[in-house]
Amino acid sequence: MPPPHLVLDDVCVEIGGKRILEDVSLSIAEREFVCVIGTSGGGKTTLLRTVAGLLPATSGAVTLAGAPVTGPSPRTAMVFQHFGLFPWKTVRANIAYGLRVQGRPVDPDLVRRLLATLKLGAVADYYPSQLSGGMKQRVGIARALAAEPDVLLLDEPFSALDAITRESLQNEVLRLWEGNAAMTALQVTHDIDEALLMADRVVVVSGPPGRITFELKVDLPRPRDSQAIRAHEDYPGMRKLLWDSLNTPGPLEAPGTVPETAPGTVPETALERVPEAAPARVRPGTAPLAEGI
Amino acid sequence: MTATTTLPPASARPAGRRSSRRRSLSPGKRWALRIASVAAILIAWQIYGGSINPILLSDPSAVAVAFVDMVRDGTLGHALASSLTVLGLGFAFGAVAGVAIGLAAGRSEVIAALLEWPVNALYAVPAVALIPVIVLWFGFAVTTKTVVVFLFVIFPVLINTTRGVREVDPELVEVAKSFCSSERRLWIDLILPSALPFIVTGLRLAIGRALIGVIVAEYYTSLSGLGDLISTNASNFQTARMFVPIVVIAMLGVVCTALLELAERRLVQWRKVPQ
Repeated sequence: MPPPHLVLDDVCVEIGGKRILEDVSLSIAEREFVCVIGTSGGGKTTLLRTVAGLLPATSGAVTLAGAPVTGPSPRTAMVFQHFGLFPWKTVRANIAYGLRVQGRPVDPDLVRRLLATLKLGAVADYYPSQLSGGMKQRVGIARALAAEPDVLLLDEPFSALDAITRESLQNEVLRLWEGNAAMTALQVTHDIDEALLMADRVVVVSGPPGRITFELKVDLPRPRDSQAIRAHEDYPGMRKLLWDSLNTPGPLEAPGTVPETAPGTVPETALERVPEAAPARVRPGTAPLAEGI
Repeated sequence: MTATTTLPPASARPAGRRSSRRRSLSPGKRWALRIASVAAILIAWQIYGGSINPILLSDPSAVAVAFVDMVRDGTLGHALASSLTVLGLGFAFGAVAGVAIGLAAGRSEVIAALLEWPVNALYAVPAVALIPVIVLWFGFAVTTKTVVVFLFVIFPVLINTTRGVREVDPELVEVAKSFCSSERRLWIDLILPSALPFIVTGLRLAIGRALIGVIVAEYYTSLSGLGDLISTNASNFQTARMFVPIVVIAMLGVVCTALLELAERRLVQWRKVPQ
């Protein structure tokens, strides 16, 4: 197992005196793809914004490659739910934005390659208002990739798209990530199938206040594909595990019943609830916790 | 711009909601209608004005003759130069100050809170009411008139600019921050482009008010410029000559607004692209 790359150690986040995240510990290895899944308002986007350095942790620490995250870093790049494109910049200028703003040279070859990879070549000089939602998010993804981040952060990147566009873009991002030798990815989603398709490991956050209540290692073979993966024998079991953990958060999140090392013990409870549904290969909670390192 | 030319023509885009919107005219038609409306007004004025006592209304042909006279004897040129000086200085200072203060107030809650009551109070007080004080402070010369125009101009610019900065999409601020944007880049990439349409709207409102300010200042301080021409000719029952500066002011308003619209179209190009 490669050394941990991105570590959250007992992170608590409060906004306006309200506790949004509580004691979140998570350790992500280099080149690992982790999906954070949870219902709305559960704190999963807050988790991502904290990792991005957009929100300070009230207590605890986030470290990226050994260095504490105290603000936005050029080593991370984010894809936004509502695309976050600048309406007065063309597609090309939006893609180059991250590099420009960080004072890095804009390699026209890189931009051209990204335009081609994300099928944006024909609209390179269009403004965002002229594009469909799917095209806009392609620009958002290209902009993040242009910055060549160590960690790609994706905040519900496909949730604003129609079902067909969503699935094809999921497959494309998957291929891009699988073809990239060095990139770690952390994605927030509320879609179980999306999480199982993309992730090496799925983390369930329920709240408020958001805590990690469940972890599931997804060792389905790569390269993956949205159609093929659903036919895999382990898929239904994993899906049910996640579904149950999302739908019966009551006993898991009630204070007192969850020990301090919640993520390690909770899966046992989940397994007890649905023993027949858990295939042998599902080993929830096998990923190392921050405390264990 | 390539973006506009590669778009499908309007007819190829889906109808529906769009069809209930204002239909856009071809440039030729728009010009024809503009000219027709002015011609109709002139013809009606000519017919009605010609039928009554010329002291009461006069008519366009008499005004045109008076116009040529006044250009020849230099009175119009002299008055126009004087008025344009006041207009230009007052507008420039008012616009620059309005944009600068508006940007600061839009970005800083502290500055906004400090400015809120004084600005609202000054905006509510008719600038005319302040003229006696301004005369006391600055005398009767160009400075006073410029200050009056300045007061007419600054508020619409300031208030619109502040609003424009406030309307910046918070999600885009987040995007900029996540890509480690400096404050300076944030202004270039985000705040100025998104506030620009608001600033231009403020300037457009300010042009009309600046023209009012010029004439008011010329009436109430020392008679000069176009205001003097209107006032003096009216007192002498030279109605045709009185209308010349009025028409000139009207034309100034149209020309200035058109110039600003042209500048806006250039600067806010991305907005003009069909959605």
